[in-house]
Amino acid sequence: MTSPLLEIKGLTATAGENQILNGIDLVIQPGEVHAVMGPNGSGKSTLAGALAGRPGIEITGGSVFYQGKDLLGLEPEERAREGVFLAFQYPVEIPGVTNNYFLKAAVNAGRAHRGEEELDAMDFMALVKEKAAIVDMPKDLMSRAINEGFSGGEKKRNEVLQMLLLEPKLAVLDETDSGLDIDALRVVASGANALRDADRGMLVITHYQRLLEYIPPDFVHVLSGGRIVRSGGKELALELEEKGYGWIEDAAEGSAS
Amino acid sequence: MSQAHEAARDALLALQAEATPAQETPFVARLRAEARDAFAAQGLPTTRWEEWRYTSLARLVESRFALEGEDTATPSREEAESVAFPVFACGLFVFVNGQFAPSLSRPATAGGPVRVESLARVLTESPETLEPWLGQLASSKEHPFVALATSFLSDGAVVTVPRSADSQTPIHLVFLTTGDEPHLCQPRVLIRAERGSRALVIQDFVSISKQGGHLRNAVSEVFLEDDADLGLVTLQRGHPRSFLTTGLFARQERNSRFASHVVTLGGQLVRNELQVTLAGEGAECRLDGLFVAGDGEVIDNHTLVDHAVPHCTSAELYKGILDGDGKGVFRGRVVVRPDAQKTAADQSNPNLLLSDGAEIDTKPQLEIYADDVRCSHGSAIGRLDEDALFYLRARGLGEEEARRLLVSGFAAEVLRGLPDEALSSTLMEELRKRLGRREPGARA
Ligand SMILES: Nc1ncnc2c1ncn2[C@@H]1O[C@H](COP(=O)(O)OP(=O)(O)O)[C@@H](O)[C@H]1O
Ligand SMILES: [Mg+2]
Repeated sequence: MTSPLLEIKGLTATAGENQILNGIDLVIQPGEVHAVMGPNGSGKSTLAGALAGRPGIEITGGSVFYQGKDLLGLEPEERAREGVFLAFQYPVEIPGVTNNYFLKAAVNAGRAHRGEEELDAMDFMALVKEKAAIVDMPKDLMSRAINEGFSGGEKKRNEVLQMLLLEPKLAVLDETDSGLDIDALRVVASGANALRDADRGMLVITHYQRLLEYIPPDFVHVLSGGRIVRSGGKELALELEEKGYGWIEDAAEGSAS
Repeated sequence: MSQAHEAARDALLALQAEATPAQETPFVARLRAEARDAFAAQGLPTTRWEEWRYTSLARLVESRFALEGEDTATPSREEAESVAFPVFACGLFVFVNGQFAPSLSRPATAGGPVRVESLARVLTESPETLEPWLGQLASSKEHPFVALATSFLSDGAVVTVPRSADSQTPIHLVFLTTGDEPHLCQPRVLIRAERGSRALVIQDFVSISKQGGHLRNAVSEVFLEDDADLGLVTLQRGHPRSFLTTGLFARQERNSRFASHVVTLGGQLVRNELQVTLAGEGAECRLDGLFVAGDGEVIDNHTLVDHAVPHCTSAELYKGILDGDGKGVFRGRVVVRPDAQKTAADQSNPNLLLSDGAEIDTKPQLEIYADDVRCSHGSAIGRLDEDALFYLRARGLGEEEARRLLVSGFAAEVLRGLPDEALSSTLMEELRKRLGRREPGARA
């Protein structure tokens, strides 16, 4: 059997003195979409950050293998070039650097890593045009500074556009749906679905099951107190929607004591 | 004055005696003699001078300089053009170690209306035409380096933008420093933008010396008559071991517009004195600056905007990038005279420190004697945004590249504001190269 796309075992992590991840186990096979749900503060973004290599998150135990390689030993840029993508919950504004320049540099960093020829300005523009159409991205956003003055929805579209340009093997979407109206939500979902195929995997972090109606997951995991406290099929998302997170938190406290 | 300062002053005075030229137009002779006396009296500034508190001349006073050009060969045209930015079509005027080099120059192909002459030539042929202007703004009594420059007065550029002329073609004055013996080179620029004229002038100080160590001491005087619109870009691309001191003095009459951009990409010691007098109502000035100091470099910008009359506007933005043990100094003085009601004056000086050893001393100084004015100032000292750095790396950009991109993003606000697009993209490129020069691992 080929190795899983992602294999997280007993992952524990701290951030700024706080113990946040308390032993995460999760396996994603190629082609699978996994959803991670959980209340605020349960450690969803910390898990996403740990996978992308965010500074300040200290891994204290466990392992993460990506396509059979030790992911935790790689620098953030190496992870990205190897095909790991994180759509940020809070995309960063970067004054003075145009979106265009940045995305071209990002695409070419990946290509150089794979031994492919770099795209010139013309080829890149054609590629952007194609992908931007999928997410309904206004053209002028490409010549503006990265995320600067973008609305919440524009920032999230920009994340999805980046994902489409970089064509990752493993995409982690951290609450890409939060704060979006239903149209924007559809756009984000169609971006994610455009990428979905038998080789790729996705980890869709969300607070609401709404997004999962558009990106139907193969598995749903519930995170609470830095642990996966339940896993199931997509019906679990519906159950959470009905009952809220209260019962999960109670259960987590019960098991912790 | 320390003994070292005195000895350095005396060495410069001896050099001046040697360099005094033969021609003796009375007003020029007087200008030089007064300047020499003023320099002898003041000497070289020490850090005990209020205006020089943060900038030590210790290394400069240890150096001895020869007269310009004694050991140098004139560079080839290719060499000259490769350091001048070849990309934009403009009138190119090259000065080698302070002296006009007609063979390397290329007047505007379009035959623009702007007149550029060699100062040495005008001093020989029609010195009386300079008398109302030369030395009128740059005071030898107040500035020892101006005194030093004026006491040597010999060559440079005289730029005249005739009345109502609208020049589409930038004038590029390139001051090349060559040669390996440290020498003293003091180019002088006089710009007159006559009534209702419009032009863009670039004064470009660039070194192609391998050793560096020269002292370049440049003085520019700029007159804007009523309704004139002048852009002046000062590029300082010095050798990391060279000394560069400049004085830029501008006077603006009614409804004139002046935009100055000073971009400094390095030098062992750079001190820029920039003074603008808003002397006619409705005058506007915009003063932008970008300075990059790396290991062993000190870059000091002292600016003064004098709002002498009502209804004038000044806006100033200087950005500093300090790396290694590089040091920056910014002093922004704004004076609003009692009569200067309805003044609007803004000033801002954000700085980026890229290492623990880097340093910036920034100080605004507002002296407001009128009551109906709108003035603001702000300075800031920041580091690279770690979240932004991670964001770029998370998309596959290497750490060094990500840093460089963030730093150039910080600089972009100033560079994109340049009045010529080709110039701004060329400088963006030049900046990226300059940033690539930093030692890997020199970061905090
Ligand atoms: N850098 C940090 N320093 C200290 N505490 C942190 C840091 N980052 C996150 N936390 C804490 O860790 C917990 C989990 O945060 P996070 O992973 O962002 O949760 P979620 O994304 O599920 O809302 C929260 O209690 C949060 O306050
Ligand atoms: Mg979160």
